[in-house]
Amino acid sequence: MAKSPEEEHPHKAFGWAAKDTSGILSPFHFSRRDNGVEDVTIKILYCGVCHSDLHAVKNEWGFSRYPMVPGHEIVGVVTKTGSNVMKFKVDDRVGVGVMVNSCKSCEYCHQDLENYCPKMIFTYNAQNHDGTKTYGGYSNTIVVDERFVVRIPDGMPGDGCAPLLCAGITVYSPMKYYGMTEPGKHLGIVGLGGLGHVAVKIGKAFGLKVTVISSSSRKEREALDRLGADSFLVSNDPAKMKAAFGTMDYIIDTVSAVHALAPFLSLLKTNGKLVTLGLPEKPLELPIFPLVLGRKLVGGSDVGGMKETQEMLDFCAKHNITADVEVIQMDQINTAMERLAKSDVRYRFVIDVANSLSQSQL
Amino acid sequence: MVSKSPELEHPKPAFGWAARDQSGLLSPFKFSRRATTENDVAFKVLYCGICHSDLHMTKNEWGVTQYPIVPGILEQYVSIVNWLLASRPVPLRHVHEIVGIVTEVGSKVEKFKVGDRVGVGCMVGSCHSCDSCHNNLENYCPKMILTYGAKNYDGTITYGGYSDLMVANEHFIVRIPENLSLDVGAPLLCAGITVYSPLRYFGLDKPGMHVGVVGLGGLGHVAVKFAKAMGVKVTVISTSPSKKQEAVENLGADSFLVSSDQDQMQVAMGTLDGIIDTVSAAHPVLPLLALLKSHGKLVLVGAPEKPLELHVFALISGRKIVGGSCIGGMKETQEMIDFAAKHNITADVEVIPMDYVNTAMERMLKGDVRYRFVIDVAKTLNP
Repeated sequence: MAKSPEEEHPHKAFGWAAKDTSGILSPFHFSRRDNGVEDVTIKILYCGVCHSDLHAVKNEWGFSRYPMVPGHEIVGVVTKTGSNVMKFKVDDRVGVGVMVNSCKSCEYCHQDLENYCPKMIFTYNAQNHDGTKTYGGYSNTIVVDERFVVRIPDGMPGDGCAPLLCAGITVYSPMKYYGMTEPGKHLGIVGLGGLGHVAVKIGKAFGLKVTVISSSSRKEREALDRLGADSFLVSNDPAKMKAAFGTMDYIIDTVSAVHALAPFLSLLKTNGKLVTLGLPEKPLELPIFPLVLGRKLVGGSDVGGMKETQEMLDFCAKHNITADVEVIQMDQINTAMERLAKSDVRYRFVIDVANSLSQSQL
Repeated sequence: MVSKSPELEHPKPAFGWAARDQSGLLSPFKFSRRATTENDVAFKVLYCGICHSDLHMTKNEWGVTQYPIVPGILEQYVSIVNWLLASRPVPLRHVHEIVGIVTEVGSKVEKFKVGDRVGVGCMVGSCHSCDSCHNNLENYCPKMILTYGAKNYDGTITYGGYSDLMVANEHFIVRIPENLSLDVGAPLLCAGITVYSPLRYFGLDKPGMHVGVVGLGGLGHVAVKFAKAMGVKVTVISTSPSKKQEAVENLGADSFLVSSDQDQMQVAMGTLDGIIDTVSAAHPVLPLLALLKSHGKLVLVGAPEKPLELHVFALISGRKIVGGSCIGGMKETQEMIDFAAKHNITADVEVIPMDYVNTAMERMLKGDVRYRFVIDVAKTLNP
């Protein structure tokens, strides 16, 4: 008979979990495994609220298992290290992103592409090798194999850094892979949310000209004045869109709702690349003519490997890039999720776990 | 002002076959070619391949055909291009398969001389000043002029290769090496470059890679040959089990996958580095994406008119790509011809007389050709 979440592992843990497809989170007692020889135990300080958490708690992708403790933008401090751990020591400030394990033996793992390992294990809503469920960062503690832990560079604020562990790597990795790093080239970013705003900052740090493409003009001043975008394009304005046809070398599409790709493909120059990062529930329509006539491509990307995640953090530290966050208390999470569903956040909620989780304990 | 008749537009009399109306039936047609200017090459047409899109254009299936139309070119995508580029003149995309012998060269022509064996690709003009032209990508130039059905810079209409004589700017002419017969080389100017270019651009040309080819027709059969010559392992993916023997024994494919066979498709999941998809009818993309390894690339060279369904998750979870490609620039077309000559790659053709062309079009509609018709223009085009 399966053990209860509290009894599965030897060390008590506490967090907030969704219990059903309503997605409403509430206090939840569970447990963490012993710290293995290659593990570090982390006291969680902050956890970002990723849009994927919202999709997952409501089972919008169809593979959610409850109870679910979400959270894969984790920043904390090391409290214990296993005997084989080389990279970290107690009190180091560290982060955990979207994965907590992989097979470590396939061609992808050997190329530092753990995110494409067929046996990669997600930080939450997945199954550990021992059959138990993984629980994420809306909790007080987590035990992780050191390979899947990154160092938070000195001087970077923990709350502003947390979202980089998912949003940051999600945009950084494709920008490198698809060659969106040539100074002077023109990058369009569709959607100005958690992913989009970080993409603007990283794009500018690469020396790109950046245009934010959004369905409403209300974000224009923000994009231009505060985030440093070079221009702003309202996608619902056909005349403005037409004027911008064939002007962009690359586009990062962060929108997770179902939407038309055709207008964005038109914005690309010949040989242009559109990288789609959002995960809509239904398929999108892909017109083929623009791909053929302009040798354009649509590609995907899925976070990044651990080596690249560390590289991204170091790059962000060097260029003073952090996420723009609204710090919330643990017990405000449900309201935050509702606001997130309406894109009413600039641009990531981050849960102040250390200062609010234990207060919410029953 | 009344425009001149086709016979009087230009100084050189020419003769060919043209479609006069939507029946698409071709018949003898007198017209004229421009005088050979200082950068032009004139050549006597020996052979011309029939591309599937000649069929679409002669029957005005895209609604843009101007009759009379002398085909000898693959015209696609016009209606969608209209939609995409509403403010610009429609750049009709054509592919061309015309080969012959040079009869006259302009005073500034350096690359060719009388008697040379040459071919015309899909284009006869471009702007020479945009980024694409500067990068040897004339095929993506917004002002590129297609070999037929398009407007020359002088306003006259271009006529294609179902005719006795061609005049074109030297830049848009390729040399056909001696060891490549003109009849089996002609289709390479369309089908060949259409598959060669994406194999190179998308990096699916490395020895040891495993590439799938969807569709075994004019494009597909040549794709198999080029990929094999590049040292790539090739799997043909087709809806017709009857093509297996042909694919494996005659064309040299390493394996054959029937796309409607769920078990076969399941076993082949995650095995391909890339896929060249030559099918222009609408078809599901998801099963093809599933065949790709992580970081795999699906390249479409046939273009269904309606959008396809894209399951974004399938792209994201393996960092996969869906791309397209349209013929190739002139430099690459020459490179492709030279590569084909070196590796003995030819198209599989059925040579026909000019007056068989209407029957050939009907057979092509039914896919009844292995794998390209080539018109023996020199011997059978009689005024």
